[in-house]
Amino acid sequence: MTTPPQSFLELRDLRIHFPTEDGLVKSVDGLSFKLDRGKTLGIVGESGSGKSVTSLGILGLHKGGGAKISGEIWLDGEELVTADQDHVRTLRGKKMAMIFQDPLSSMHPYYSVGAQIIEAYRIHHKVSKAVARKHAIDLLGRVGIPQPDKRVDDYPHQFSGGMRQRAMIAMSLSCDPELLIADEPTTALDVTVQAQILDLMTDLQREFNSALIIITHDLGVVAELSDDILVMYGGKCIEYGSAEDIFYRPEHPYTWGLLGSMPRLDREPTERLLPIKGTPPSLINVPSGCAFNPRCTFTDRTEGRSTSEVPELAETEGGHLVRCHMSREERRSIWDNEIKPMMEST
Amino acid sequence: MPGSDPPGHPGRTIVVAFIVRRVIAAVLMLAVVSAATFAIFFLIPRALGQTPEGMASRYVGRDATPEAIQGAVKRMHLDDPILVQYGRFAQGIVAGQDYSLGPKKAECPAPCFGFSFNNNQPVWPTLLDRLPATLSLAFGAAIVWLISGVGIGVISALRRGTLLDRTAMTVALAGVSLPIYFTGLVSLSVFAYTLGIFPGGGSYTPITQNPVMWFQALILPWITLAFLYAALYARLTRAGMLETMSEDYIRTARAKGLKESTVVVKHALRATLTPILTIFGLDLGLLLGGAVLTESTFSIQGIGKLVIDAIRGNDLPVVLGVTLFAAFFIVLANLIVDILYAVVDPRVRLS
Ligand SMILES: Nc1ncnc2c1ncn2[C@@H]1O[C@H](COP(=O)(O)OP(=O)(O)OP(=O)(O)O)[C@@H](O)[C@H]1O
Ligand SMILES: [Mg+2]
Repeated sequence: MTTPPQSFLELRDLRIHFPTEDGLVKSVDGLSFKLDRGKTLGIVGESGSGKSVTSLGILGLHKGGGAKISGEIWLDGEELVTADQDHVRTLRGKKMAMIFQDPLSSMHPYYSVGAQIIEAYRIHHKVSKAVARKHAIDLLGRVGIPQPDKRVDDYPHQFSGGMRQRAMIAMSLSCDPELLIADEPTTALDVTVQAQILDLMTDLQREFNSALIIITHDLGVVAELSDDILVMYGGKCIEYGSAEDIFYRPEHPYTWGLLGSMPRLDREPTERLLPIKGTPPSLINVPSGCAFNPRCTFTDRTEGRSTSEVPELAETEGGHLVRCHMSREERRSIWDNEIKPMMEST
Repeated sequence: MPGSDPPGHPGRTIVVAFIVRRVIAAVLMLAVVSAATFAIFFLIPRALGQTPEGMASRYVGRDATPEAIQGAVKRMHLDDPILVQYGRFAQGIVAGQDYSLGPKKAECPAPCFGFSFNNNQPVWPTLLDRLPATLSLAFGAAIVWLISGVGIGVISALRRGTLLDRTAMTVALAGVSLPIYFTGLVSLSVFAYTLGIFPGGGSYTPITQNPVMWFQALILPWITLAFLYAALYARLTRAGMLETMSEDYIRTARAKGLKESTVVVKHALRATLTPILTIFGLDLGLLLGGAVLTESTFSIQGIGKLVIDAIRGNDLPVVLGVTLFAAFFIVLANLIVDILYAVVDPRVRLS
């Protein structure tokens, strides 16, 4: 057993594999990162890269579901993978909470929105229903539900998509969690509401010095909120660094592709600068060598190692990690001379 | 409706209007059922060549003179057009009717379903007389199968793939496939006639006479009848629970830090039971019209036994009466289920 880390949250070589009829699905395969209180980590990566599986893993929600989990998850000095699951349960909702991706299916259709928030609050606070109800109304008001004292008794199907998302957020915030994981919290919302919700989460973070993990496809959101950014590909971290590292000095071809495919006002939405060709890798038969090699346009610069050798996640400079066979000089020169000028020119 | 904000709260008036609508629909349904039943029992025999005289002869006995038969036809208006006859029949149910049978006058207060061909007794009091036995059988069995079926289904789902689950589902498959007269007779011969633990067939005693005897005599019929349904409900519940347990909102419930038992009962079972409630209401309604096989096997003088005897004896008015009575329970059960559903499932109310 290793020593507890200094960081509030630390993942060490986390692996979450699902045995299925087709084979072992390696949804998360050796993921490590640290996150301190008061800091925000953005996780980006295309659909199926393992973002949601990672967050559910941190909350301990894969247990009993047939998943094979190994590695370590340290939260505030406690290791959660091997911990007593009944103890982990008492941490859920209070110490760590999650905003789920799909708010309609994530709320119980037979209980009112208020009842679901009240339930979440009363698991961890021994208060009367009336007190919890006041708290629920207060929360709904804070997330911007109009007339919260009336809407508190509505059922999820009576809320619009955006309101459901906000109710979901209110539920997750009900116990002031110290670690909040937000899985695509703003996808269904229009821009103004999106800004409100993001403000709300940063408020919570400031008020309680919470750690925040934000998962999204929207690089704009990530840029605005994150201190650090983790880029996931096929269940692995392929680039990790500060927001500046990722936006100004990205070194992985996949990250270049993500940045290049960011929609911009001055461009036709269909006209992507650096489209990432091909499809996400299979998580069962992972491509040999670098998992990104079938889609990479720079395989000729790896001295033939791209299909034979799995690249290590190596530090390039001051906490900036990259998993790529190309040399640091090679990557920098490609970014500076080929990619960056192309992105700036249009 | 999805996407937009429907007006906030289903007010009391909306709920009342919903109930009133359903009640009216149920009454109309009964009218249609009664007409259809009447048509089946009177129109079809007529189409097959049954004459009013033939009908009347059932009342006056086998060796009656043609004059006596003609008299009966006249008195009972059997030669009227079928619609008029149906009108009189319906009127009898709603308002009662007086018949003159042979020399004696017979009063038939509402609801009047006419008189038995076989013993000239009015049908309705006979039905009422048989009802307690059927009610005792149906409700007792329903309690047994609901508790055992749902219980086994939930445990099987939670222990999916284990020996327990496979055993339970194998037994359940047997339960669904074995007919009641088989399980009933086997259990009678083993538990009543060989081991002597329970009383044998025909020992049903009304609860008002002797509650202990009533209970003892019904244990075997309850279990036999419930076995069939419990098997069905165990399979339904298991399938429902497996589906519900993989829903996103169950994950949310766990993410809140709820105990697994609360997740299962308050969140998963609640959602699973709602559709099962519908089936339960209909099954129970169907049984209240008489559990024909069980009542026959255990010689319980209930409505099911009444109708099977009536069919054997070509006793048309009794068969018609029981059919309508059974239809009434089914429509009533439907109505109650509809209203309950609106209470349990918040998404129903507005539609
Ligand atoms: N219980 C499971 N059994 C088998 N495979 C699973 C299971 N849960 C997730 N997966 C697989 O793991 C992979 C990662 O899924 P995950 O939900 O983490 O993706 P994601 O990065 O969140 O994608 P998105 O952006 O679309 O939400 C997917 O290929 C998915 O099919
Ligand atoms: Mg996801």
